[in-house]
Amino acid sequence: MSNLLSAFRLATLPVETTQFRAEVKAFLKSSFEPTSPDIRARSWMGFDAAFSRKLAARGWVGVTLPARFGGAELDAFSRFVLVEELLAAGAPVSAHWIADRQSGPLINKFGTDAQRQFYLPKICAAEAFFCIGMSEPNAGSDLASVGTRATPCQVEGSSGWRLNGRKIWTTNAQHCHYMIALVRSSGEPQDRQKGLSQFIVDLSLPGVTVRPIRDLSGDAHFSEVFFDDVLLADDALIGNEGSGWEQVNAELAFERSGPERIYSSIVLLEHWIACLRHGADSSAHVATLGRFATHLATLRNMSIAVTGKLVNGESPVVEAALVKDIGTEFEQSIPTIIEAAIGLNPDAPVDADLYRTLAYVSQIAPTYSLRGGTREILRGMIARGLGLR
Amino acid sequence: MFAEAIDEILKDQCTPAVVRVIQAGKSPTALWDAITGAGFLELLSAETDGGAGLSLAELFPVLRSFGHYTVPVPVAQTIVARALVGSQLVLPPGMVTLAQTFRREPNGSISCALTPYGMLADFVLCRDGDGLLLLPCAVASRVSTGVPNSLTASLIWPDEIRAIRVLHGGAMLPAFAAALHAALLSGAMNRVFEMTLRYCNDRAQFGKSLGKFQAVQHQLSVMAEHTAAASMAAEAAFQGAGNCPSLLNAAMAKSRTSEAAVLVASIAHALHGAIGVTEEYDLQLLTRSLHEWRTAHGSEAYWNTVIGQQVLLSELSLADFVRSV
Repeated sequence: MSNLLSAFRLATLPVETTQFRAEVKAFLKSSFEPTSPDIRARSWMGFDAAFSRKLAARGWVGVTLPARFGGAELDAFSRFVLVEELLAAGAPVSAHWIADRQSGPLINKFGTDAQRQFYLPKICAAEAFFCIGMSEPNAGSDLASVGTRATPCQVEGSSGWRLNGRKIWTTNAQHCHYMIALVRSSGEPQDRQKGLSQFIVDLSLPGVTVRPIRDLSGDAHFSEVFFDDVLLADDALIGNEGSGWEQVNAELAFERSGPERIYSSIVLLEHWIACLRHGADSSAHVATLGRFATHLATLRNMSIAVTGKLVNGESPVVEAALVKDIGTEFEQSIPTIIEAAIGLNPDAPVDADLYRTLAYVSQIAPTYSLRGGTREILRGMIARGLGLR
Repeated sequence: MFAEAIDEILKDQCTPAVVRVIQAGKSPTALWDAITGAGFLELLSAETDGGAGLSLAELFPVLRSFGHYTVPVPVAQTIVARALVGSQLVLPPGMVTLAQTFRREPNGSISCALTPYGMLADFVLCRDGDGLLLLPCAVASRVSTGVPNSLTASLIWPDEIRAIRVLHGGAMLPAFAAALHAALLSGAMNRVFEMTLRYCNDRAQFGKSLGKFQAVQHQLSVMAEHTAAASMAAEAAFQGAGNCPSLLNAAMAKSRTSEAAVLVASIAHALHGAIGVTEEYDLQLLTRSLHEWRTAHGSEAYWNTVIGQQVLLSELSLADFVRSV
């Protein structure tokens, strides 16, 4: 059997997560006042700093980080449960999302002790929100062609960096305190993956301009970030100079395999089911519901299998790419199928919340297979995992 | 351990040539004896009854192996039939298959339409309400489907005089039969994927192997995704301490594998080109089975309805519902 396929063996969440799930549900019941479904459908694009602080006060931001930095020191299985419940509820988790999922673990893994002591407690307290600076106007899927450049220079009498360039499609940069940016620190664009480094950029520094980009749904979660002679102290470099590409790739298994690649349309689906349960005749949609349940259960098991590999200290980058590609296909099918369903009978009334939530999810769903690596990039990675490249 | 042992036997005894001749009507006795002689029919029986006392999770890779080799005898069904009757009945020797449907006609006759392995089986085990009915095929008329090389047949008995009745186990038959076919489908899909990957590496056009073309790579990636999903869904039905898969887990397993089977078969044929639809090339043994097993004991269309009704009746959110299955 291909090694890739044999990775997908059933793994189960450890028993102790059952109690943890109950705690998360209880927290959500007491601390999250459900908003209308079209607002909740924004979920991990929904920004609410106050909610993130409530979650942090409960100890659940930076869940996998060490306790000495304020983290909950939970394993990836517990994080899976936490994230699953937050997304299923449609909680607005965007503020702390990137720091909790990627930036915190990245700083913990590659940072100096001083960097850990500076950033991690702030992350765990939901006082430092992070965004990721990857794409540029001329570097989309071809990420290795980034042109933003950090040049060594003197900053206040010690060695530092001067940053020039521009990032785009950065989620919520206008609300964030820091960006972890992948930039060129040596060599030329033709050096590709070599000579790239990751820097933590304080977005309040002089020379940083953030311009939100309005999207088709009326939101502005994207943004464009300009760097004009931004002076960075030497400790803005995270990890080793020139190791940016490897460090970015280490994050990808965390970024791609989680419940967020399955649950992006869950609020819409749950609301549709609620409407069907209270509606007059749902017989035309019974098989559709059964299919959604089957796919959700299966994808969830796939995601847990990959999480099990993360818990074991592996880096299942290709497995994560596989789960993300098939997971986003499912997420995108939900609005497509519900659109057809509400139009099945023009005489039947349509719930107003359902209509609005459906419109939002249909409009934003194309981004599911863009963010975190496009469908084409992921399929290329799977092909490489199969030995075809 | 058992999975490796059965794989060794099948690799040796259940070659594509053997599958072809048995499907063409030659005697399956040699293959049947090779499998049963190794004691594989007693896998699920308790160790105190001389069986292997396998759990469902341990049985899964064995059933998958039967799919991988498109085993042309109802060995999976016979293992499951023994588990279904349990200590209620000592099954007579011979091949037992499971009926996907069972009808009593007004004239007292009984029919089991489109029964997998109905051309070969010595007995058919049917669900009759809460109980089970074991029907000897020696006194049945077998009606072939007319599909070349298919072992599926409809069976008709003039009466029930020779039927052996068992009081319990009827409700478990549809779930176990669905789960069993999900495992077969998963095993066959894995094999189809391996064959297609190898073919794309070996076959060259335009001066390079097919697998070097991006369009082909992406099709293989999609095939891998759905093969993996089907495998997860099938395995999820074979969990827990019970001796039968739960109805909802079995329903999801059969639904997901049946849905994937169409896509996997169609990509495999597209990438193989014309050689893939020839009699001499082994792919046809697998893709014919994929389609046959997809419809056997309920396709995804049937099981999705069963699952959907449970979703509607439940008061749980869908997220909680799928975790409760």
